[in-house]
Amino acid sequence: MNQHIPDTVDNAAATPEKHQPFEALGLKPDEYEAIKQLLGRRPTSGELAMYSVMWSEHCSYKSSKVHLRQFGQKVSDEMREHLMVGMGENAGVVDIGEGWAVTFKIESHNHPSYIEPFQGAATGVGGIVRDIISMGARPVAVMDALRFGAVDHADTARVLPGVVSGISFYGNCLGLPNIGGETWFDPIYQANPLVNALAVGVLRHEDLHLANARGVGNKVVLFGARTGGDGIGGASILASDTFSEGGPTKRPAVQVGDPFAEKVLIECCLELYREGLVEGIQDLGAAGISCATSELASNGDGGMAVDLDAVLLRDPSLTAEEILMSESQERMMAIVEPAKLEAFLAVTAKWDVETSVLGEVTDTGRLVIHWRGEKIVDVDPTTVAVDGPVYHRPMTRPAWLDALQADTAAALPRPADDDALRAQALQVLGGPNLADASWITNQYDYYVLGNTALAMPDDAGMIRVDEQSGLGVALATDANGRYCQLDPYQGAQLALAEAYRNVAATGASPRAVSDCLNFGSPENPEVMWQFAQAVEGLADACLELGIPVTGGNVSFYNQTGDVPIHPTPVVAVMGVIDDVARRIPSGWQDEGENLYLLGTTALELDGSAWAGVVHGHLGGTPPRVDLPAEKNLGGLLAVAADEGLVTSAHDLSDGGLVATLAEGVLRFGVGARLWLAELCERDGVDVATALFSESTARVLVSVAREDDVKFRGLCEGRGVPVLRIGVTDAEVDGLELQDRFSLTHAELRHAHRATLPAHFGAVVGG
Amino acid sequence: MRIGVITFPGSLDDRDAMRAIRLAGAEPVALWHGEHDLKGVEAIVLPGGFSYGDYLRCGAIAAHSPIMAEVIDAANDGLPVLGICNGFQILVETHLLPGGLVRNDHGDFIRRDQRLRVESTESSWTSGFTPGQEITIPLKNGEGGYIADEATLDRLEGEGLVAFRYLDVNPNGSLRDIAGLRNERGNVVGLMPHPEHAVEPGFGPDTPAAMRSGTDGLTFFTSVLRQSVLA
Repeated sequence: MNQHIPDTVDNAAATPEKHQPFEALGLKPDEYEAIKQLLGRRPTSGELAMYSVMWSEHCSYKSSKVHLRQFGQKVSDEMREHLMVGMGENAGVVDIGEGWAVTFKIESHNHPSYIEPFQGAATGVGGIVRDIISMGARPVAVMDALRFGAVDHADTARVLPGVVSGISFYGNCLGLPNIGGETWFDPIYQANPLVNALAVGVLRHEDLHLANARGVGNKVVLFGARTGGDGIGGASILASDTFSEGGPTKRPAVQVGDPFAEKVLIECCLELYREGLVEGIQDLGAAGISCATSELASNGDGGMAVDLDAVLLRDPSLTAEEILMSESQERMMAIVEPAKLEAFLAVTAKWDVETSVLGEVTDTGRLVIHWRGEKIVDVDPTTVAVDGPVYHRPMTRPAWLDALQADTAAALPRPADDDALRAQALQVLGGPNLADASWITNQYDYYVLGNTALAMPDDAGMIRVDEQSGLGVALATDANGRYCQLDPYQGAQLALAEAYRNVAATGASPRAVSDCLNFGSPENPEVMWQFAQAVEGLADACLELGIPVTGGNVSFYNQTGDVPIHPTPVVAVMGVIDDVARRIPSGWQDEGENLYLLGTTALELDGSAWAGVVHGHLGGTPPRVDLPAEKNLGGLLAVAADEGLVTSAHDLSDGGLVATLAEGVLRFGVGARLWLAELCERDGVDVATALFSESTARVLVSVAREDDVKFRGLCEGRGVPVLRIGVTDAEVDGLELQDRFSLTHAELRHAHRATLPAHFGAVVGG
Repeated sequence: MRIGVITFPGSLDDRDAMRAIRLAGAEPVALWHGEHDLKGVEAIVLPGGFSYGDYLRCGAIAAHSPIMAEVIDAANDGLPVLGICNGFQILVETHLLPGGLVRNDHGDFIRRDQRLRVESTESSWTSGFTPGQEITIPLKNGEGGYIADEATLDRLEGEGLVAFRYLDVNPNGSLRDIAGLRNERGNVVGLMPHPEHAVEPGFGPDTPAAMRSGTDGLTFFTSVLRQSVLA
């Protein structure tokens, strides 16, 4: 049996020279010295475990903090108006009217998903959902933004199906509709896929809860799954001979998820909130009990006394350090008034959720942890959870960037004739990033809960919040790593602009932002420069659009070999719609309607899908960002939706007009006849540019003839460039570009739908 | 009419089933797996989900939960019972309906708007359809492949107990395209697709007329309601 002897506080004071494996735990020598300074002695092994995980990049944001502050600084009154809880809590909370609030957040689970795709992705969903519950909200939907290596690489065939089935398994078992997201392929992500999971929850204003430990004498209660030896990240050293003799020697670093346990835990937490039995609930994610106790205490009255022997274990041989660092899933920590403890335990018993009281809130300003009768931790919790190290990492504009930006798409051969144009159109539509993702999304349940008003393949997902009034929210996630590689400042703004436009295209008004910033190593000055540029671009654009960043997460150290991934700031925008019955789909269903292109088209092919798919090219500078135009366009679409003037709206982005047209036809199978001569003449571009350019602030809408005059008047009144470029026509089989070429429905469908099944297997029902 | 919806730990579509009952004009009554009380309801829905995590085998643990003892007795006395997806799996595990449901033949979870043909209107839950009617109902499952031995399949066909058959596409490898069954008496119906997800315009499957406007599922609930009024 385990002969582990606790390293007590007294022992630590008495043995100042004892060697500690701080470097193996990821701490730098100066960080270790700082801990000794803070404590006035060496840390105990338990304290060292806590500091090492809480001061890690993942938990402390030590490299990103100085940059992320901009999100809190570049804020206008307009942005504060609806913000109930901003950055820094488990998830931001935004007022959406009628007494309702929404909380949403996107987070990464990249590295675990590469090592063990199924469990890595599954627990990513589980973690973000627990963040939502911590705010007192009922989770109502999830989304996911995925990046994989080359679509035809053998390892992608291992990683992608695992990730997708992990998300499908966990999300479906929780009964949360998966309402959208995006999937990209690029060899740059080959050994470092990105799995970013978003969750959204709703709550009444009065049900808002913050996770903090207030009220001296209140009980600290751990409930949910038992604590096991899984997910002890960099902590394997703790199970080595330095700390333990005879115990297990290695612990798996990837957590294992049990969605059934989480589903029960969700219902249990919601009942606890509803019955008023808890002061606050904190989820246990990264850094487990170390994080939950130190964050709850530092956000509250400042003190907490905990007895680790009360923690229910799956494996009785776990050491104190392992218990502190375990990232076992499906656990929550609550602060409960003593008088309500009995009723609390009755609720957890009803749901068969195991529960144990670990200790209580104190006013000592110290987090004190006992194990086996000995005091093994005695720290100021603020030093663990808040006052971690802050780095001003060196930054360098990459030396290669000038050459990359000089290598524009202008030098690429353009299609010589209409046949070549037609062939390239099909090629672009079948490119892996544009291709139909049904192989993935058919594995997700978007019906459950009965409130899904829009889901894939529409521009954004939409959920009804209030069944009486129809009040709802729309969500979209976007990022274009290719643009960000060319210019991270502009690329981040383009991601925001696209997500904003996708939300606006459904008729919702964008209101708030969450971001998941995926980058290479912060110790690489070029990556750090990219990161700083992206954050600055995003913060500046949020200020201009008037929507705040409410939270998110940073994921560094994403690289394939020595090569960092393209900067990939995934931006999620949440919008509000008064009545989801007024939502706009992304394709037309009726014939005889006019097709209008809103916005103007310029020669902007650098970084485009056309350059990538047809020519394998990445160079130049990404499309110009025009935020006032985006805002204007969004305002117009909100009015058009409200007045029922448009029957469909679909944004133009990756793949340009041709992609939007094809998706419009394929949405409901109704054809369209187009003429582009007027567009080419007005904007001074050739047909290839009109079809493939990725100029921003553009949306294609269909308008019933009876609303034609009113709609044009609306556009002119608001100064949005509008041009009729075609009509919907059931007689046309697919797309007919007048005087140019036609693409039949079958051709469009094959080009769009064949790519993923060719690599991953057939889609049921084609 | 009061229609009970049983919530097991891991039930997911219980709220949807209650909404469907309300939209059909009946009163939904929440029932809890751990109790023996059916609260005097006149019909019961076993909703979709992953009861008890579907550990062991889908529906196997739920089939032995306290409330199912009451459900089995009531069903044998003629109480209308509808099992949807996991509910169908539970009905099969309790032997109220024959056969079994196994992993989809292609191995993956599948969600799709599924065409079905109504094969039997001789039941509490299908009497509002016309024989042979083609309907679209959302399907979403990982273990929806219907199996039974040849003799049972022949008997089901011969006695007209196949309630629904998959049309166009067999999405999970179900034998003889069977999507749902009824019992001899017609009070118990089970199927893999989810009628409670096609009851409200705006939130159902797409139709040729309009996006998400499909409400074919509503007839399940109005059928049982009409039967109660006639009785």
